[in-house]
Amino acid sequence: MSSNDVLGRIEGGDLRLVGLTKRFGAFTAVDNLDLTIPQGSFFALLGASGCGKTTTLRMVSGLEDPTAGQIFLGDAEVTDTKPYRRPVNTVFQNYALFPHLDIFENVAFGLRRRGFKSVRPQVEEMLELVELGHLAKRKPNQLSGGQQQRIALARALINQPQVLLLDEPLGALDLKLRRQMQIELKRIQTEVGLTFVHVTHDQEEAMTMADTIAVMNQGRIEQLGSPAELYENPSTTFVANFLGQSNLIPGVVEGVDGGVVTVRAHGRALTLKADRARATSGAVILGVRPEKVQIAGSEDEVPSGFNCLTGTVVDTSFIGVSTQYLVKLASGEEISVFEQNTGRAIQRPGNEVAVYWDPSQGFGLDGTQDIEAGAVLDEEGAA
Amino acid sequence: MTAVADPTAGATQRKPAPPDHKPRRNLTPWILLLPGLLWLTVFFLLPILTSVSASVQTGNYDDGFKLTWHWANYGHAISDYGTQYWHSGLYSTLTTVLCLALGYPVAYFIAFKGGKWKSLLMALVIVPSFTSFLIRTIAWETILADQGPVVHVLRSAHVLGLTEALGWTTGGHVINTPAAVVCGMVYNFLPFTILPLYTSLEKIDPRLLEAGSDLYCSTFTTWRRITLPLSMPGVVGGTLLTFIPAIGDYINAQLLGNPNTGVVGQKIEDLFLRQTSGYPVGSAISVVMMVGTLVLVMSYIRKAGTEDLL
Amino acid sequence: MTTLTAPPAAGAGAPAVRRRSPLSWAREHILLVVTVAIFVFMLLPNAVILWMSFNQPVGKFNYVWNHFSTAAWANPCANPAMCHSIGLSLEIGAVATVVATILGTMIAFAMVRHRFKARSGINALLFLPMAAPEVVMGATLAAMFFNTVGPGGLGFWTITIAHVMFCVSYVVVTVKARLAGMDPTLERAAQDLYATPFQTFTKVTLPLVAPGIAAAALLAFALSVDDYIITVFTAGNLETFPMYIWGSVQRAYPAQIDVIGSMMLLGTMAVIALSTILGRVRAARK
Repeated sequence: MSSNDVLGRIEGGDLRLVGLTKRFGAFTAVDNLDLTIPQGSFFALLGASGCGKTTTLRMVSGLEDPTAGQIFLGDAEVTDTKPYRRPVNTVFQNYALFPHLDIFENVAFGLRRRGFKSVRPQVEEMLELVELGHLAKRKPNQLSGGQQQRIALARALINQPQVLLLDEPLGALDLKLRRQMQIELKRIQTEVGLTFVHVTHDQEEAMTMADTIAVMNQGRIEQLGSPAELYENPSTTFVANFLGQSNLIPGVVEGVDGGVVTVRAHGRALTLKADRARATSGAVILGVRPEKVQIAGSEDEVPSGFNCLTGTVVDTSFIGVSTQYLVKLASGEEISVFEQNTGRAIQRPGNEVAVYWDPSQGFGLDGTQDIEAGAVLDEEGAA
Repeated sequence: MTAVADPTAGATQRKPAPPDHKPRRNLTPWILLLPGLLWLTVFFLLPILTSVSASVQTGNYDDGFKLTWHWANYGHAISDYGTQYWHSGLYSTLTTVLCLALGYPVAYFIAFKGGKWKSLLMALVIVPSFTSFLIRTIAWETILADQGPVVHVLRSAHVLGLTEALGWTTGGHVINTPAAVVCGMVYNFLPFTILPLYTSLEKIDPRLLEAGSDLYCSTFTTWRRITLPLSMPGVVGGTLLTFIPAIGDYINAQLLGNPNTGVVGQKIEDLFLRQTSGYPVGSAISVVMMVGTLVLVMSYIRKAGTEDLL
Repeated sequence: MTTLTAPPAAGAGAPAVRRRSPLSWAREHILLVVTVAIFVFMLLPNAVILWMSFNQPVGKFNYVWNHFSTAAWANPCANPAMCHSIGLSLEIGAVATVVATILGTMIAFAMVRHRFKARSGINALLFLPMAAPEVVMGATLAAMFFNTVGPGGLGFWTITIAHVMFCVSYVVVTVKARLAGMDPTLERAAQDLYATPFQTFTKVTLPLVAPGIAAAALLAFALSVDDYIITVFTAGNLETFPMYIWGSVQRAYPAQIDVIGSMMLLGTMAVIALSTILGRVRAARK
């Protein structure tokens, strides 16, 4: 069912990008992107700076013309629709509040442009939603960063857009405020039920808020799924490294037997479940998250059926809730281990140890990829 | 490019993959630029070019001028007015140096010690300019009058004896001497030096100066190694904003000088407005002056390395 | 109990302060002393003008103090030619300001907001009028007017045309600075919030650039009203206020000129003070 309301908003409309491409000279910022974002979802585009996520957002808002491809809102194509005619609003990275207008007029701006005569009830309601009703007469520069951020949100939300775009909306806030706003944003999204498309380089932010995350790299979507899915079953080394940390161990498939893949690495047979392996022959990369790995004083303590490797502790960081170990294998590779603080004895650097994990917790990736992909980018993006 | 199959092709009109959007050829900037640039071309560039042609013409106002490729005009323009070129160059250079020397401490003080008085102090620099500069220049007639307190102090401090020996003052007077001319010029152009200096000094983070003193710089070394290099754009801007108007100025020479302090500007005005056949030579002097100034300014900008002044 | 080694009651019981001679104070505050001296140098002529406006001059030239009189203030237009020249200067200033501000603002918008070829050539054309000696611009323009409209054609319009010419570049620089400092996302935000390009311009761009345009207009007006050199070449038989002053140096320099000079200063200061107070009041009310 689809029916248009006054503004041209369509009930039951997903946002669809079809073959969307943007080139700047020889540089391809967004490369033949196909994506459907269901209505009412909180969707995050996650990637390092320069991966094309902001360009994608700007094409959806209409502030950037695509080089090729189409954009649909529901059944209507909006590819060539001017930004001021699209039922899409943006919360800008630096908020972009109009410095010459007071808070009330900033929030009322969109309604006034669309010819609404009485805007007071809506504006007041919206200011209440973001809990800043008492600041209506202030100018933007008299507000704190967090308050400005909420006004920017109110200014966009009041228009009840089909899709709300958030461009690194929390980037300028300090850590504590960011946490608070993450919860706030999620609450508001649930309350108003609009589609939110959120662009960020902060994986934690994306995982906290989004229902679905698309990890972008070099203008393409690397993987799409729920936060848990992406974390537990990354499809590429880029995702495995960019989203949290991973121990990636290259090896060769020895055989597949009854849903279990056996991989030879470091002279040992390691196993993983076939349904979590992206490749089941030839070179593979076996991955396991540091918190899934346990540490023991000797191999004798390792329960049977677990994957096990031995090495020397080279670094121990006690951080209260957990202890992080860096264990160097005989081959020189390092495995990191996060151990919950359950009162076990702490292994000192120099100790010979065994590291082990439940085979069902491992995942397998195609072995032909760059094992470092995404690891360095993450630091740049976070900087 | 791609023609991706549309899953709801029935509902939307299926169209071939849109061609690459071409950047539109935009006429807007030219519409915006045209009137202003036309004005400058017709009333600035064209006259300058016409005078280049006029500079090699002969004739007088009654019979008209003809293009005779009379290059000798340039000979006259250069050789007959040597004193005036010398005066213009000397006064404007001296003015620029003095303006920098006086303007820097003021700009520095306002930028770093001004505190909440910053904008008031900057207003004090600009506010005098709202009185006509001619009236303010003529006020120096009163300040430097022979019976006035300034001259009295200078005379009793034997400063006048010294300046007289150097040829900057004559006969116990200050007014109507080269010294008065330079004084008037420094007075007139000082705000133009202070403004860009202040702008670039104000941008300097005071913590840089603290870092300097933390790293074993004396107050002077901090200024020499940190403040001065960072304020170079202001120094360059201030120099240009002072030197360019100073080189063509003849108001101060006329109002505060004497017949022996003639500068180029006076001669150009004289040749254009008061001599019936002075037009070609006057044009030739204008061209010499214009080219000379441009060459000086350009080589200075290149040497100072700031080409994005505009 | 503590044993005090304070000097025997020097004045009150104030803590001992190191005594300093005024000279050593000056040495420690050398920058302040120098700055104050230079401010005196910059402000002295204005003080003298105000002072001399209350003078009863001996003879024709009001250069030397004689005795106090308010005659000049009571009758500032004693010489109608002077007030007539002021009127002319204001008229020319107004027309030239309007035209130069419009032309310059348009150029500034094109330069900041659009991409086009020949940018460096246009920059040069804008820079040259600021770098060329005024006397050269005046003289060459005069020559062109002589050849086209003839000496008889010189007057109000030739002066105004010349003033617009040398003001445009300053307007461009001033408006450009304001425009370049403006966050371009604001305009994008406006478009995102349903403002058409025209609405974006009138509701966002223009209000934000307005202070820059106002500053440019003020500058253009000040440049025009105060100009002597280019004006004298393009004026023909007309006499603007700067030309009147110039002529007075030869004829007679009445105290009324100092009255006008003082009015200009006091008027500006009053406007600045008033706008500051108004701004404070408005800020306090919020």
